[in-house]
Amino acid sequence: MAEPARADEPLLKTPLHAEHVALGARMVPFAGYDMPVQYPTGILTEHNWTREHAGLFDVSHMGQAALAGPDHETTARALEALVPADILNLKPGQQRYSQLLSEEGGILDDLMVTRPAGEEEKGYLYLVVNASMKEADYAHMSARLPQGVSLVRGDDRALLALQGPSAEGVLQRLGSAAASLSFMMSGWFDVAGLRCHVSRSGYTGEDGFEISVKAEDAAALWRRLLADPEVKPIGLGARDSLRLEAGLCLYGHDIDATTSPVEAGLLWSIQKRRREEGGFPGAARIQREIRDGAARVRVGLKPEGRTPAREGTLITTPDGREVGIVTSGGFGPTVNGPVAMGYVSRDVSAVGTDLHLMVRGKPVPAKVAAMPFAPHRYKR
Amino acid sequence: MTTRYTKDHEYIRVEGDAGIVGISDYAQQQLGDVVFVELPSVGKSLSKGDEAAVVESVKAASEVYAPVSGEVLEVNSSLEENPGTVNEDPAGRGWFMKIRIANPGELDGLMTEEQYQEFVKSIS
Repeated sequence: MAEPARADEPLLKTPLHAEHVALGARMVPFAGYDMPVQYPTGILTEHNWTREHAGLFDVSHMGQAALAGPDHETTARALEALVPADILNLKPGQQRYSQLLSEEGGILDDLMVTRPAGEEEKGYLYLVVNASMKEADYAHMSARLPQGVSLVRGDDRALLALQGPSAEGVLQRLGSAAASLSFMMSGWFDVAGLRCHVSRSGYTGEDGFEISVKAEDAAALWRRLLADPEVKPIGLGARDSLRLEAGLCLYGHDIDATTSPVEAGLLWSIQKRRREEGGFPGAARIQREIRDGAARVRVGLKPEGRTPAREGTLITTPDGREVGIVTSGGFGPTVNGPVAMGYVSRDVSAVGTDLHLMVRGKPVPAKVAAMPFAPHRYKR
Repeated sequence: MTTRYTKDHEYIRVEGDAGIVGISDYAQQQLGDVVFVELPSVGKSLSKGDEAAVVESVKAASEVYAPVSGEVLEVNSSLEENPGTVNEDPAGRGWFMKIRIANPGELDGLMTEEQYQEFVKSIS
C-alpha cells in the first residue's frame, strides 16, 4: 500500500479548524487549507447520516465576496459580461448557479450568485467561488469590472452548510425564520441568535442551507447546530461522494478551462435570454454548441459489479474504440455501488449505451446512466 | 506462528510453509471504509513486491503487494460481498489471500510485530 503524499507548505485554517481537531477529524491538505476529510465514524456513516438526517459541513475555505455597484442593473450587467446566466432578472433574495467563462468559452470556475434581498444591499451581488480558484477569480473579475463596480472580499466570513432532510427542522428548533426559505432563495436571518446570511441551497442533492456568518461567530454557530441530535459533522470525503451521487460537477475534475457549459451539461444554467442575446465570453462557441451539439458531453456512468472507476479511467466502446475519460468516480453509498461521470463522444452518450471502463487495464462493462444517481430532494 | 509486516503495511501470518496475507490495522484505519477488494486468482504465481490485490475505499484505490514470493493457494472471497470486514477485523476475518511461501528466507527481510509498531509510530 502506498503512503499518501504529504504537503510541506503551510496550510491555511478556517475559523472552525480547532473544532474539527477537537472532534477527532482526520485533517488533510485541500485547496491550500487544512481540512477535515472525515470524523471518527467514517465516510460511509457520514454520507448516510446526511441523506437520512442532517450533515454539517465547514465550507469556509470557499471564497465569499460581493460585487458592489450603484444599483442592481449596473452590477448585474457587469457580471453578465463574465458569466452566461441571467443575472439581471434575479429577484431580490434569489440565488443562481453560474460559471466564469474564458474568451474561448471554457469554464474558469463555477460559482453561486445571489442578489441580496435588503434595501441596504441594493446594487450588491454576493458570490461564492471555489477555494482553489478564489484568488484567480478575484483577479479575473477585478480586472474586468466597469468603473463604479468593485469587488469586496468576504474573507472575514465563515460558511457552514447544513444538508439533509432534517435541516429545515433543525433551523426551526433554533427559532430561525430561515427555515421558511424556498430552494435557491436567501436572506438575512438570526440563527441561534447570530446574524447570518442564509440561502436554501447546497451541493449534496439534499434539501439544506448554506449559512454565512462572521468568522468570530462561526464556532458558536457550529456548536449550536451540532447540539441538535439530528446534526453530525461531515468531512470532505462524504461531501465528495454526496455531490457525485447528485451528479454535480467538481471544478478541476468534471469542469475546467477546457470544458464549455454545453459539454458539461450545464445548459440549464444559461437562461433563454442569454442564449439568444449572447454577450458573455465564448458566446460564439457556446451558441454554436447549443445549435449543433457539442462533440463530447458529460454523462453519468454505472459500472457493472462492484469495481469503482476513478478519475482518469479511459472509456471505450465494447469493441475497443477510445471514446472518453472518467472525470469523477467512486463508490456511491446511497446507490450502494460504483458510480462515475465523464466525457464521451456524443454518438455514444445516450442513456443505456454500453461502454467499457478500463480499470487497471481490464475492461469493466458500464452503461451510460441518467443523473443524478441519487434523486435530488430540493424543497422548491 | 509468527506475523511479519512490510513497509507498505501488508502482513503475512506464517502457518507452516504457507502464509495468510492481509493489511494491518493501521492500514485499514488510514484507508477508511473499504468498499471493494479485488483479489488475485487462485494458482497465480507472485513475486515479492508484485501487485497482488487492490483495496478500494470510498476515496481511493490502493494496491496490496505480495510480501513474499509464492503461489496463491486460497483467497478470501467473502470480501467480495463484505468488503467492510477489512475494517472490522483486518488481522482475522479480513484476510486477503493465502500464499505458499516459495522462499522462507524472504521473511527475514520483513518487520516483526514490534518493529512494525515502532515503524508506525515513526510515520504517524
